Amino acid sequence: MQSSLEQKYDFEIVRWFTIMAVVYLVVGATVGVYIASELAWPFLNFDSPYISFGRLRPVHTNAVIFAFGGCTLMATAFYTVQRTCGVRLWSEKMARFTFWGWNAVIVLAVLTLPFGLTQSKEYAELEWPIDILIAVVWLSFTINFLMTISIRKTSHIYVSNWFFLGMMVMIVYLHVVNSLAIPVGLFKSYSIFSGVQDAMIQWWWGHNAVGFYLTAGFLGIMYYFVPKQAGRPIYSYRLSVIHFWALMFGYVWLGAHHLQYTALPDWTGSLGAAVSIAMIIPSWGGAVNGMMTLSGAWDRLRTDYVLRFLIIALAFYAMSTFEGPVMALKTVNALSHYTDWTIGHVHSGALGWVAGISIGAIYHLMTRLYHTEMFSIRLINFHFWTATIGTVIYIVAMWVSGIMQGLMWRAYDEYGTLAYTFVESVDAMHPYYAMRAIGGMTFLLGAVVMLFNVLMTVRKSVVSGSLAKARAVPAVA
Amino acid sequence: MSENRPKPKGFQEWMEINIWGLLIVVGLVLSVGGLVEIVPLFFMKNTMEYNKFPEIVWEKSGQEAIVSVGQDGKEQWNWKPGDGVRPLTAVELAGRDVYQREGCYLCHSQMIRPFRDEKERYGHYSLASESMFDHPFQWGSKRTGPDLARVGGKYSDDWQRQHLHDPRSVVPESVMPGYPWLEESYLNGKTLQRHMGGLRVVGVPYTDADIAAAPALADGKTELDALVSYLQVLGTMVALDESKAYRE
Repeated sequence: MQSSLEQKYDFEIVRWFTIMAVVYLVVGATVGVYIASELAWPFLNFDSPYISFGRLRPVHTNAVIFAFGGCTLMATAFYTVQRTCGVRLWSEKMARFTFWGWNAVIVLAVLTLPFGLTQSKEYAELEWPIDILIAVVWLSFTINFLMTISIRKTSHIYVSNWFFLGMMVMIVYLHVVNSLAIPVGLFKSYSIFSGVQDAMIQWWWGHNAVGFYLTAGFLGIMYYFVPKQAGRPIYSYRLSVIHFWALMFGYVWLGAHHLQYTALPDWTGSLGAAVSIAMIIPSWGGAVNGMMTLSGAWDRLRTDYVLRFLIIALAFYAMSTFEGPVMALKTVNALSHYTDWTIGHVHSGALGWVAGISIGAIYHLMTRLYHTEMFSIRLINFHFWTATIGTVIYIVAMWVSGIMQGLMWRAYDEYGTLAYTFVESVDAMHPYYAMRAIGGMTFLLGAVVMLFNVLMTVRKSVVSGSLAKARAVPAVA
Repeated sequence: MSENRPKPKGFQEWMEINIWGLLIVVGLVLSVGGLVEIVPLFFMKNTMEYNKFPEIVWEKSGQEAIVSVGQDGKEQWNWKPGDGVRPLTAVELAGRDVYQREGCYLCHSQMIRPFRDEKERYGHYSLASESMFDHPFQWGSKRTGPDLARVGGKYSDDWQRQHLHDPRSVVPESVMPGYPWLEESYLNGKTLQRHMGGLRVVGVPYTDADIAAAPALADGKTELDALVSYLQVLGTMVALDESKAYRE
């Protein structure tokens, strides 16, 4: 049966995106570990412009979000849409354009960001010619996805595809509006917006890159891969409908919580905070729906390495979507804003949830796409523990350092003057920055092991001929 | 294809079997939050404090440049600190370009919040009007280093130069990278004229005289000079009055 799937669907494009996702995970995490180390041991900047923190940090964020996250989303969306619609991709040629186009964006990012060519809007640093390419490639991805659904053989559109669709539409809105700029050179432009409006638009983009790209898209992954791997239907259809629409409507409002107490009018920040607090309900709706799908089969966690990744990812998702609304409370935000707590929060989402669900989905995909078992289960178990422990070390370090910063900055001595100079707070961060770098290294070690395991599995599939055999079997109608 | 699709029992099911319907409804639902939060910021008068306190913004008399180089080779200023928010001069803009390029905004905010400790550490809370010419905004989101919204005039030019060259030579605990390459790179007046022209298109009120003055002001100066000029002007434009409530 597996062999006939190889004929029925376009798996080739999924294979390409899957392998590149793993490669970019290692690249993105490596740069992350390096810049984390620069903050702990600043001599690592080596007085070189190309590797100084300010230029490398966008390389890290772009590599993990757009290179790793993007390839994972494209691999899983192209796989899921074919499997749940029962048809081959609408256009294989367009999918190949999407692949080469997206990778061209990544190469151009690596060729521009270390040279300081940036729009200096967080997570939207790439300059205007690359922005145009992103828009074209993203539309090719979206159109191919929509058209594949429109020619489907199944009656209803599966829930995964709703989430992927929501992500695609929102990213079009966000990317187009936030990137509007006036070019003043081939790689230099200024945002057409300024000051307070630009800030609101940037964080409308910033938080929804998280809310749609890194949440809705990855919930799409969850809704296909968790039930598939568990061999059980999703826990509640009704819950998925409610949390889908609540998420689509609500997430869009959250950006304003990044600007509380700033020069953004109070009504906007408060509105953002209020909706943020309410968002815990749809977020947990998704987490519960995923986890409860396993109800009655919890013992599988002992034996199933894919499910273990998927479920720990959901646990991190539940944790960070609880933490998020708490941090959006104005009193908490007064302390947490501008501190490392934010960085910790992002990484409990990024390492725990996004990377966790991706890694689970990729291990699931590897066996289906290469028609063989993974090269080593022991290495996967090793990866599971390094990923989990690395993530925990990272976020604990950032909790401590973030809360410490917040408290030190507002501390007063008995004479009513500020108790600490700013640089005393910088000095106090050193042990936690070192600890964060170690957490990152632990996570990276697991990612490197994953890449090795994945490449050895490909080799195994090629050497044993299982991929060639699957390709050769004629399609069964 | 379509023959095996059942008749929908409700709106939700209609969307689940009609991809174009789903697309349109999702597109509409996704647009609400952004429209409500963003669009009013362009129109509501109380967003910008200068509507109530016009003295925040520098009122330019005539078409002369903010600063130009006279016959004697000396800079002639038509603006002085406290006169109000104005566009950056060519050299300050070059410094801001460097600030963007080096990713300074990733570790330094330019947005002081209205708290007692921030007031004592950094100064008066920031106003929206103060960044009205900032394309893009540089408020930042993280303070790995201190806020810079009002750093202008707090340190001498020499201190800034030494600090940018080798931060740990003046602040031993600092984790900031050194920027020794800035002193080796020279500004280009022509490029800056293009940058100012672009900013004028998106609404920054540069006059022809401002743009014409750029080469004389900038040529021969280094990127380090420019960045120091930019840092030294931050927060010095408006003379803020403690007795006024600029924001509710």
